[in-house]
Amino acid sequence: MSSIDPGELLQYLINGLALGSIYALIALGYTMVYGILKLINFAHGEFYMAGGIFGVLAIGTLGLHPALGVLAVLVACGALAMLVERLAYRPLRNKNRIAPLITALGVSIVLMEGFRVVFGAQPRSFPQLFENTVYDLGEWFPSLEGVIVQQTQIVIFLVMLVLMSALSYIVLKTKMGRAMRALSFDFDASRLMGVPIDRVIAFTFFLGASLAGIAGILVGMYFNNVEPYMGQLAGLKAFTAAVLGGIGVIPGAVLGALALGVCESLVVGYGQSSYRDAIAFGILILMLTTRPWGLLGKPQREKV
Amino acid sequence: MLRRLATLALVSGVALSATAAQNIKIGVFLPMSGDQSSFGDETMSGVKMAVEEINAGKDFKIELFTQDEKSNPTDSANAVKKLINVDKVDVVVGTVASSNTNAAAPIAQAAKVPLMSPTSTNVKVTDVGEYVSRICFIDDFQGSAMAKFALKPKAEGGLGAKTAVLVIDSSSEYSKGLSAAFREVFTKNGGKIDNDGEIFYVQKDRDFSSLLTKIKRKKPDVVFAPGYYTEIGNMIRQAHTFGITAKFLGGDGWSAPQLFTLAGEKAIVGHYFSDHFSHEDTDPAVQDFVKRYRAKYGKDAPGMAALGYDSIRVVIDAAKRAGKVERTALMKAINSTKGFKGVTGVITLDAKRNANKPLVILETQKDRATFKTRVNP
Repeated sequence: MSSIDPGELLQYLINGLALGSIYALIALGYTMVYGILKLINFAHGEFYMAGGIFGVLAIGTLGLHPALGVLAVLVACGALAMLVERLAYRPLRNKNRIAPLITALGVSIVLMEGFRVVFGAQPRSFPQLFENTVYDLGEWFPSLEGVIVQQTQIVIFLVMLVLMSALSYIVLKTKMGRAMRALSFDFDASRLMGVPIDRVIAFTFFLGASLAGIAGILVGMYFNNVEPYMGQLAGLKAFTAAVLGGIGVIPGAVLGALALGVCESLVVGYGQSSYRDAIAFGILILMLTTRPWGLLGKPQREKV
Repeated sequence: MLRRLATLALVSGVALSATAAQNIKIGVFLPMSGDQSSFGDETMSGVKMAVEEINAGKDFKIELFTQDEKSNPTDSANAVKKLINVDKVDVVVGTVASSNTNAAAPIAQAAKVPLMSPTSTNVKVTDVGEYVSRICFIDDFQGSAMAKFALKPKAEGGLGAKTAVLVIDSSSEYSKGLSAAFREVFTKNGGKIDNDGEIFYVQKDRDFSSLLTKIKRKKPDVVFAPGYYTEIGNMIRQAHTFGITAKFLGGDGWSAPQLFTLAGEKAIVGHYFSDHFSHEDTDPAVQDFVKRYRAKYGKDAPGMAALGYDSIRVVIDAAKRAGKVERTALMKAINSTKGFKGVTGVITLDAKRNANKPLVILETQKDRATFKTRVNP
């Protein structure tokens, strides 16, 4: 590698931002649930997988109109998450913090294998919702000939930005959002103030899982491939992103995810694909040892 | 008179033994569930067809025992233990993935029961010992055949390639083996592969955009990507999006209908991979098999079915030559298989108990692969 070609670098950045946007949508759910319940919901990656598979069923198999199909997927993923919360997490809410964590791992396996049993392990192709037009930047900037941006990448990026803004609005400006923030400060005080805790938590799960479901649909369109095990690694990456940005902080999750996506893309481009996951999790370890509150988080002193 | 009587007795004795079919117990272990189940189903369909045909004849009566190896090494080992210790089979046939066959083979070797793999192509499979054999070619042959095909001038039916990039699944011994063989033959015969012309990925990767950006900048004539259909399907689809025009080449790991659905019909047309068998092969023996398979199962015979079919027939051919159904005699007869005319080509086992036989190169169309050429070893 003698010199760095700006076009090549730009292409890696574009690829990385698209990948990072997908991580971001999953990381948002992680971070919300953590912010409120202090629970790392390791089953969260499975809602993303469910989104992909429900998408194939709703739009491909049942032939629903894409808009209707996406809506159906959102509701289905959200409902699944609410069910999981009701059955697996709520009974353990007042126990120590290890019990729900282990349960989350169990839920993840149950969902993954459940989907495999019902839908099979074979990867399925995803119905195309729109023509994936490819733009060559050389048309506008001749020196960048050969650098391409796909319509799907643009859609993924925009959808991510819109949903992040919508989520921030919900959390900061609505009554439900205020209740969520109250819960994250003090559980018992919120209950005394009449905040309907169960409803707020169920809503949080619904919201987080719908975002993950959208990510599942987007990734289905982007890679044309969904299968029951896709949530595993993506979930871990999103968790890394959330920690990187500062778990519990909404813009942090997005920043961390985009940074992770770009980083992975550069590793593949200038290094070797084989090191990609190692680098991603290396970042996680480095972050946890040096700055565990993340890029945008605030250090919290342990209360004694 | 006495002599005539003796002759009569001898003749009738022969006649008697000819009518009583010999019993042989064959144990088959294949992936009937899990990731490789489509390969297992296909192989089993060929096995069953061969067993029915042989049992309809007079010479042998096959008692078939089957086990599901669930697409993993542990269950493969258990399946073979059960076939040998509980069912007491004379011969074991299986399985698809080389790593699973490798897990089961030492058990058969230790028990001195012949084990024949219909479809495991990794070089190391038969190293276990003399009781382990296979009726398919090995990975080196696929890699070198594809390299020669890529180099051969267009006028002679090849691709006329001069430069290549290797895309290797670093989590698979199979992929590394094919790549090494391809590199050696391609570069030795005048082809060029850059020092950084080896690009790695791992199974379950979905985003190949940066890998493909690299390939696009290199502008090779061909990309040799001997991976499995799930990743390759995605990769070829994304390569099309990136406007990469190089031909992609691969091995029998591509051979599944999902390759076409995952890549999509716009991207998949015009690439090549090596396989064991083509139902479009014009050889009359192949066409006869294809016709009977279609009559039985209502679809075109896949390569795995042909290998399953041949594996049983090679075992029976060996039993015929051995003259008796006994494990060690069967092993010796199997290992001396020579010039057996199977539907997947003429099968001769070499000193390492690997089949020396031709492969076919298939060209991908919108939704299926068509016969391009046959390569002899």
